[in-house]
Amino acid sequence: MHNKTITELAKGLRDKEYSSVELTQAYLDRIKKHQDLNCFISVAEDFALEQAKLADSQLASADAGLLTGIPIAQKDIFCTQGVKTTCGSKMLDNFIAPYNATVIEQFNSAGAVMLGKLNMDEFAMGSSNETSFYGAVQNPWDTNTVPGGSSGGSAAAVAARLSPAVTGTDTGGSIRQPAALCGITGLKPTYGRVSRYGMIAFASSLDQGGPMARSAEDAAILMQTMAGFDTKDSTSVNREVPNYSAGLNNSLEGLKIGLPKEFFSEGLNSDIAAAIEAAVNEYKKLGAEVKEVSLPNMKLAIPAYYVIASAECSANLSRYDGVRYGYRCDDPADLNDLYIRSRGEAFGSEVKRRILMGTYALSAGYYDAYYIKAQKVRRLISEDFSKALSEVDVLMGPVSPSTAFGIGEKTNDPIEMYLADIYTIAVNLAGLPAMSLPAGLVDNKPVGLQVIGNYFSEDRLLNIAHKYQQVTDWHQQTPKGFE
Amino acid sequence: MSLTTDEVKKIAYLARLGIDESDINAYASDLSNMLDLMTQMGETNTDDIKPMAHPMDQMQRLRPDEATEKNQRENFQAIAPQTEAGLYLVPKVLD
Repeated sequence: MHNKTITELAKGLRDKEYSSVELTQAYLDRIKKHQDLNCFISVAEDFALEQAKLADSQLASADAGLLTGIPIAQKDIFCTQGVKTTCGSKMLDNFIAPYNATVIEQFNSAGAVMLGKLNMDEFAMGSSNETSFYGAVQNPWDTNTVPGGSSGGSAAAVAARLSPAVTGTDTGGSIRQPAALCGITGLKPTYGRVSRYGMIAFASSLDQGGPMARSAEDAAILMQTMAGFDTKDSTSVNREVPNYSAGLNNSLEGLKIGLPKEFFSEGLNSDIAAAIEAAVNEYKKLGAEVKEVSLPNMKLAIPAYYVIASAECSANLSRYDGVRYGYRCDDPADLNDLYIRSRGEAFGSEVKRRILMGTYALSAGYYDAYYIKAQKVRRLISEDFSKALSEVDVLMGPVSPSTAFGIGEKTNDPIEMYLADIYTIAVNLAGLPAMSLPAGLVDNKPVGLQVIGNYFSEDRLLNIAHKYQQVTDWHQQTPKGFE
Repeated sequence: MSLTTDEVKKIAYLARLGIDESDINAYASDLSNMLDLMTQMGETNTDDIKPMAHPMDQMQRLRPDEATEKNQRENFQAIAPQTEAGLYLVPKVLD
């Protein structure tokens, strides 16, 4: 069952080959069997079986959609009423949200079953899932390596077939990079396409939720549920949602692909470069034209990102004060001691590093030199993309400069960890949509192809991804022991 | 660009963030490395560029001034560390 697509599972439910309760139980058993991967922070067994029972009654009354009764799992950044939401932090280890995130409501309305909450880097700050208070996640392709991050539990769970599909969020690459390292399909939508209401904030002008699945076809089904205008999110964009599945098979004849030369410069592993080249050749066979383009300010994306993301994080995380919810230290001497110790005892070192960086960048005397400068550079980067995307339809390149690296390999050097996001970060600064597709294996570790499109072109990106997945089988490769 | 341990302590206080004395040197070194990375931006001229706060450059939406949420004080306070009579309790601020 666990190798079926969402469409196949939905058909199985309708044809009464199995009930949603049986399907849900099968996945719960599989999650338990592979609990050493540490993909889940909370497994919502009783909750899921209740939802599955409800879904079975909806299926019986024919009042069902494509996701009715389909198990999925949620990144533990989305607030869920009645199930703990930790955001990977000790700060929220005791936090049960009093409301649902809009994304959760959307999946509930669609009749999906929530298996549980997925492990992630603390407050989504990390590229390896190692900053989680709940421990590292193992990459099912090689359990000594990281799954990437911050949506590491999400990506590993899909790769290990512990959930047919999941959600993730992407602030600097947190959907695409783990999708690449775990050999699955991930879509980071246009900023404003998916509601951020109830999605715990890290860097509000960059954060965006999206689907992670085994194929573009399945990702399209999740995207249909997640996309849309939400009055509860002040940056949600009021724009019609297309049918993401309708155009999956559209021809790619005449598609113009741009290869940004900065994506193929030094630092890229040559085997990965070869895999990307092979993928681009597949697109040529499908009728695409390829030309070189340039994003001249790409090298500034990492510095600009770490100013902006840290600044926004220091402001967003000021809400964790030990007063209204979350962790509080024992016996505070006074109010300052309450703040300082509650935050000091409950945040991990990467979160602290970013709060310190952001506080510094926003402090009197440094604001113009760092924060305003970074925002100006952000515009230059965004204009580079506009120019490139006026010449071609999409950009293609690697997602990550390397395949999955060893657990513990980069934890001592924050800067080296930041460089793991070199190809993904600029997209968030511009707010563009982008996908990661499985495009090969190097030493039996997955390689991701990144496809970047213009604003609100998610339907086209899914089409481009699907056509590739019709002529290749990288997305169907399964890590050994998880077949 | 390098930060002193005193500067790190000052920033940590501004952020009301407790950090262990034994970690201060490491933070000073990490933050200095991050600042070095950031000074790369200085090499690019941005004189006439408008800062970009947001990918969409959109205005904040306005809505009619109507109450749309019901009062959920009890729900919200149920998850608070300490409350009394509908109030959040903190250590005494004024003598």
